[in-house]
Amino acid sequence: MSAPHSSRPSPGHPSPEGPRSTAGPRETTEGTVYTVTGGDWDEVVAGAAKADDERIIVNMGPQHPSTHGVLRLILEIDGETVTEARCGIGYLHTGIEKNLEYRNWTQGSTFVTRMDYLTPFFNEVGYCLGVERLLGIEDQIPERASVIRVMLMELNRISSHLVYAATGGMELGAITVMFTGFRDRELILDLFELITGLRMNHAYVRPGGLAQDLPPGAVDQVSAFVKRMRKHLPEYDKLATGNPIFKGRTQNVGYLDLSGCMALGITGPILRAAGLPHDLRKAQPYCGYENYEFDIPTADTCDAYGRFVIRLEEMRQSLRIVEQCLERLRPGPVMVADKKIAWPAQLALGPDGLGNSLDHIKNIMGTSMEALIHHFKLVTEGFRVPAGQVYTAIESPKGELGVHVVSDGGTRPYRVHFRDPSFTNLQAVAAMCEGGQVADVIVAVASIDPVMGGVDR
Amino acid sequence: MTSEEQPDARNLPGQRGDTGEVIGVRKGMFGANNGGDTTGYGGLVRTVRLPGAASRPYGGPRGGEGYGEFDEIADELEGALEEQGLLPENAIEKTVVDRGELTFHIAREHLPLVARTLRDDPALRFELCTGVSGVHFPGDKGRELHAVYHLRSITHNRLIRLEVTAPDSDPHIPSLVSVYPTNDWHERETYDFFGLVFDGHPALTRIMMPDDWQGHPQRKDYPLGGIPVEYKGAEIPAPDQRRSYS
Repeated sequence: MSAPHSSRPSPGHPSPEGPRSTAGPRETTEGTVYTVTGGDWDEVVAGAAKADDERIIVNMGPQHPSTHGVLRLILEIDGETVTEARCGIGYLHTGIEKNLEYRNWTQGSTFVTRMDYLTPFFNEVGYCLGVERLLGIEDQIPERASVIRVMLMELNRISSHLVYAATGGMELGAITVMFTGFRDRELILDLFELITGLRMNHAYVRPGGLAQDLPPGAVDQVSAFVKRMRKHLPEYDKLATGNPIFKGRTQNVGYLDLSGCMALGITGPILRAAGLPHDLRKAQPYCGYENYEFDIPTADTCDAYGRFVIRLEEMRQSLRIVEQCLERLRPGPVMVADKKIAWPAQLALGPDGLGNSLDHIKNIMGTSMEALIHHFKLVTEGFRVPAGQVYTAIESPKGELGVHVVSDGGTRPYRVHFRDPSFTNLQAVAAMCEGGQVADVIVAVASIDPVMGGVDR
Repeated sequence: MTSEEQPDARNLPGQRGDTGEVIGVRKGMFGANNGGDTTGYGGLVRTVRLPGAASRPYGGPRGGEGYGEFDEIADELEGALEEQGLLPENAIEKTVVDRGELTFHIAREHLPLVARTLRDDPALRFELCTGVSGVHFPGDKGRELHAVYHLRSITHNRLIRLEVTAPDSDPHIPSLVSVYPTNDWHERETYDFFGLVFDGHPALTRIMMPDDWQGHPQRKDYPLGGIPVEYKGAEIPAPDQRRSYS
């Protein structure tokens, strides 16, 4: 098997001049074997000098700090100019869509929240809206549940945009923007922790409503946050929007016009920076978005700067929506009344520190055998969803988040496909970067705001 | 009641799911199929049917009886196809209206023309394609692999779905990259996960799984996990290969 190959000249490939960096192919019983050996560095340099161009191929990532996670950019560079840009993705593929098919419909929420980990509530709401449409209970979702969903989504939109501003700023060297952005995001994560118990990966939105109601004090905390955030937002204007260095780095960089956006399926702030006021919250309202007053900011610059300004304005609009949510909150249930779908108990903090409802436990363990059976069946087996397929789309901070849900009438999803906006938008890297400078690749990729958890799923 | 009187449909028993497209038959209750049945539910047989073809009028989204938005789309599409010399009944295998969503089942050889028509016709103008999603129905003999496209018209604020099928023995569907360049990665993803080959795609390679991966993980015959994993020096077999205590 291990024939000496380093010095043996291969018969079919006579060495052209001098030693070579590969030993040439050789045939074995298991097929052709190519052995790659090290070359002489001086020869490589001499060969490159003879070729008389500065064209090199650089692998940026998948561990590069400025590629937003495990994105691998394969750049062909001629001097400082990028002549070809390709993306390598899949490094964070975790098979969430496959896993979903082996868990019941309610457990799906726990999986999808981990897809785009910066926008967990959008994943949950998109998925739950799909399941609810399959069940035909869209109109029965309680008002309070929808209002809380909208409120959490808009808070989440702000936190996602803050990460965009923070990481994008850091990649430009604007460290203060990063500190400011993560400082404000922390305030939102504190709210999430108060409401759902977790800073990320909440699984708070469930098919039929919410896992539980808002805890006491949440409304006050959210309104205090809105006031505070209103004060903080102008800091970003001072730090970045009017900053000549920031403008110089982002203006006319990552250019993608409207026809390019449509062809590549780009949605979200990138599309709105090309001048089209397309927002699914206005075009195809869901969760009662038609009842809220907000504006769709647009720009006509088609560049990274426009996208930054739009996202900043979207944060302001989100604060407006959150305030309206707080006004619209009325006491009421947060889960559908159908006991075949809703979990039988609202969780409450027991004296042992665990999330149990003691009244419910007393009922099922002491008085009602049927309630115990029902509880057991619903929690372990889950509910059945009539066969069919639906597509629900919501406006995530990054664009159209589409969820294609197929049911075969069973207790588990037959197929769930997430059309994640990061995945689609990342295709624009070539269009935005080729012909530009290497340093502008960073700006362009940051302006796409891809999250690899969503891209690879 | 005299014989010529039409019975009121509301007084008749409801349809017990004997319409629609059969995609499989499930037996038993809990999905266990590898051993003796101890549940008592083994005799349970359930036929799985997806919603079947709808008849005119199709109505519109959010219910709506009578002639509606979906009829407009169907009329325009049929008219536009006829103008190009393609009989609509050859291209559109069936039309399904379910849960306020409109689905055209398209014969795979006509998919690029239909998609181009949907994109370019001013009355249709579905300019945004949100990619392709594969679904594998091993029980749907002869049309096991489904490719599902969702097209959005920003001009008219509409959404439709195209569904194309291919058998497992010949998993080929024409690529839509020339019509919707955004489908580039989406088709690669569907190829990667389902083994659907999109003819005419510029570079149909795996996108999520490693290049040398064996098999297509989201097919229903591909088990969850599916590969042995080395963990702390010991090789852990795939979940379906592990010993079980039944």
